[in-house]
Amino acid sequence: MKYDLVVVGGGPAGYVGAIRAAQLGKRVACVEKERAGGTCLNWGCIPTKSLLRNAELYHLLRHRASDLGFRFDNLGFDWSKIIARSRTVSDKLASGVEFLFKKHKIDYIKATASIPEPGRIACKGTDGKEQILEADSILVATGATSRPMPGLPINGKTVIDSHYAMIIDPQPKRLLIIGAGAIGVEFAYFFNAFGTEVTLIEMLPNVLPVEDTEIGVALERALTKQGIKIFTNSKVTETVTTKEGVRLTVEGKQKQILEADCALVAIGVSPLVPTGLSLKLDPKGFIQIDDRYQTNVPGVYAAGDIIGPPWLAHVAMWEAIQAVNGIFSEATPKRLKTFPGCTYCQPQIASVGLTERAAKEKGLKFKVGKFPFLANGKALAAGEPEGFVKLMFAEPYGEIIGAHIIGAEATELIAELGLAINLEATHDELEATIHAHPTLSEAVHEAVGNAYGLAIHI
Amino acid sequence: MPTTIEMPKLSDTMTEGTLLRWVKKVGDVVVVGDVLAEVETDKATMEMEAFDEGTLSEVYVDEGQTVQVGQKLALLVGDGEAKPTAPTSKQPAEQKTSQPEKKTAQTKQTEPTPAAQSQKPAPAPQAEQPSESGTRVKASPLARKVAADLGVQLEKLPGSGPGGRIVRDDVLSAHENRSTVASQAPKPVAPTVAPAPVSSQDTQISLSGMRRTIAARLLEAKTTIPHFYLQSEVNAEPLVELRQQLNAANEAAGLPKFTVNDFILKATAVAASRVPKANASFSGDTIVQYGSVHLACAVAIDDGLVTPVIRDAQSKTLTQISAEIKDLATKARSKKLKPEQYQGGTLTVSNLGSYGVDQFFAIINPPQSLIVSVGAILKKPVINAAGAIVPGQRIVLALSCDHRVVDGAIGAEFLAELKRLIETPALMLV
Repeated sequence: MKYDLVVVGGGPAGYVGAIRAAQLGKRVACVEKERAGGTCLNWGCIPTKSLLRNAELYHLLRHRASDLGFRFDNLGFDWSKIIARSRTVSDKLASGVEFLFKKHKIDYIKATASIPEPGRIACKGTDGKEQILEADSILVATGATSRPMPGLPINGKTVIDSHYAMIIDPQPKRLLIIGAGAIGVEFAYFFNAFGTEVTLIEMLPNVLPVEDTEIGVALERALTKQGIKIFTNSKVTETVTTKEGVRLTVEGKQKQILEADCALVAIGVSPLVPTGLSLKLDPKGFIQIDDRYQTNVPGVYAAGDIIGPPWLAHVAMWEAIQAVNGIFSEATPKRLKTFPGCTYCQPQIASVGLTERAAKEKGLKFKVGKFPFLANGKALAAGEPEGFVKLMFAEPYGEIIGAHIIGAEATELIAELGLAINLEATHDELEATIHAHPTLSEAVHEAVGNAYGLAIHI
Repeated sequence: MPTTIEMPKLSDTMTEGTLLRWVKKVGDVVVVGDVLAEVETDKATMEMEAFDEGTLSEVYVDEGQTVQVGQKLALLVGDGEAKPTAPTSKQPAEQKTSQPEKKTAQTKQTEPTPAAQSQKPAPAPQAEQPSESGTRVKASPLARKVAADLGVQLEKLPGSGPGGRIVRDDVLSAHENRSTVASQAPKPVAPTVAPAPVSSQDTQISLSGMRRTIAARLLEAKTTIPHFYLQSEVNAEPLVELRQQLNAANEAAGLPKFTVNDFILKATAVAASRVPKANASFSGDTIVQYGSVHLACAVAIDDGLVTPVIRDAQSKTLTQISAEIKDLATKARSKKLKPEQYQGGTLTVSNLGSYGVDQFFAIINPPQSLIVSVGAILKKPVINAAGAIVPGQRIVLALSCDHRVVDGAIGAEFLAELKRLIETPALMLV
């Protein structure tokens, strides 16, 4: 029996690609070596959001209970339960994906796949059973894994990656985090909230280097206030692993030696290219594709983390849908242009479109509008006055080209602006849209007004 | 029964017309044959006559407004017939509602947008802007603003966004590549490169109907017809001599003089009748070889040019051709040409000799396949048959040919015949 499509990898790109192909009436199989849902559901987005929810609640109650009128005689937490809850959420969602496979009559094969030749997928099951699948098209969605740091191999105890950070028990007392991207920052917030002494080390000038500089600066201030030590412009030059923990030599403004019982390496990801065919790779080892998401081998396509940055689940899902639509129709699939990016520490960070840096590099002329949550009624009522909304509008037509939010629920607020950019909305349409009162989204509306001198509340 | 008067199609290329002046006013009684209004088409200013009688009860189009062919212009009601205003009568109600929309669309189209205006926060454009045909145009807000600024018509654009929605890039690519749009519809043609920003010292000139047609037709001609060019320097001495003799005689008789161009026209007509393969058009699956030479001649007028046509020029005498082109040129300059006087040409002569141009290659005037470009008669040294350098009078004749119809050999044969006639002008008189 020959499949129309075999998807290698059951993460966000893989399972979404498989389901879309099934929706198009195709015979589909999805091969996954671990568990459906990939990094996102099992070891990424979802379990960390569970942990962060705990952190956020504990942090709130511990530091602001009396402001809010609560009194605790004996506020405490159960670390093992916190971790267990996060695992339960993952389990539930992963079995949800397996249910979706069944619903769409997708053959779900638990095996490690290699692609010996176009149209053939060799599967080696966890039980040792081997089988060859035949397919007209293959979608490679094998994703990526934490990038190891030279001289600091992951051991799961004193040197960990994000995977181990999610299940580390007991809670480390002192933690050094190398890399202040979204993963580094989220774990810094999480461990710090529960009382771990956290030091965050970043090579570039700001935390969350891909975000707008103003946002990075504001976040650094907020995290420092929460007690996280942050060293930007700093490089780890020497690493020593001892029985008790790690010792890192960090060179920034000055050279210093930092010690902790654990170091978390969060310096990016490495591709997981399937064995078999020699697919054309870019210099960093990610699979190169053409306009139709096809690799250098006809009939073999790729989507998701495996085709390079940005390594985001929502991008991977979108790419997989584009790729599958392209495989089974004449329409030219779309390539990634605008996507939101979110970081779930508190205050939250969310953005879509260009940063001010990027817009300036492009030589664009634009207006900036800002509005602080301090002047937003809902934010004050909720006790979340931290942060601001920053929007950018190109001149002369006033289309929105970038949105950056730091503050409570920033990650939920960004959707409106992604839609606005995608629909090529200009400030006029945003201005003309009534935003419910009282909501945090009014800050978005007011930031639009601010760009054109029309904000009411500042 | 009230009669609706619509913008008539006054020429085969006409898609819209400008109502220059209402000759009849609301309340005037109109009889068949009365001139109702003056209309400017892409070619000429014409009088619009009434085909019905009655009283002009309503006009829907203001003077100066440009409207599509077929659009309602006015309403004529019979004697004693009331102007139907009640909603029970559908027709006028429709007209009334469609009118303001139309006006908006037209104002948008003809008013140049000053660059400075777009800096200010403009009122949000309507989410649903009806197109000229009344259907909704799906376009992003940014696409609408860019289109308004660049003068791109959204109605005709294909959209690349979800569900065929027109996005900014569609407008920009249409703006950069108007040739595609122009071939779909005889509409204004923008420069392929965005013009330099407009400063206060610059003037923005709205396109007249004629300018739009010139822009669309010539862009289409130059980009879709495979042009090739031939030229030959011709001894003009015999022609100059003959002209002097004839004009001396005419002067004595009180008759008008002949111009050099009259001779060129006559020679071209004769040459075309003798080389009929050059007097032809490409027509998709076939080539049409014309049985008669309807000779068009480019005439420069105030805001453009027209090419009035001398019909059956091959059978007309020099005197007839001379008189006819004088009359046509006068009419062209006062925009009084009738459609039959500028339509149906089979080949064209364009003469820039009077401007002192040595030589040039004109763009073919479709659907024709050939245009003769004529330079000035220049005095220059020539080597005569005896090998001596002597003063001569020379004229450069050039052909632009549509290679789909006229191959090099046919073009050369035509040019040789033309040269022979000019150099031995007596031959064209027999």
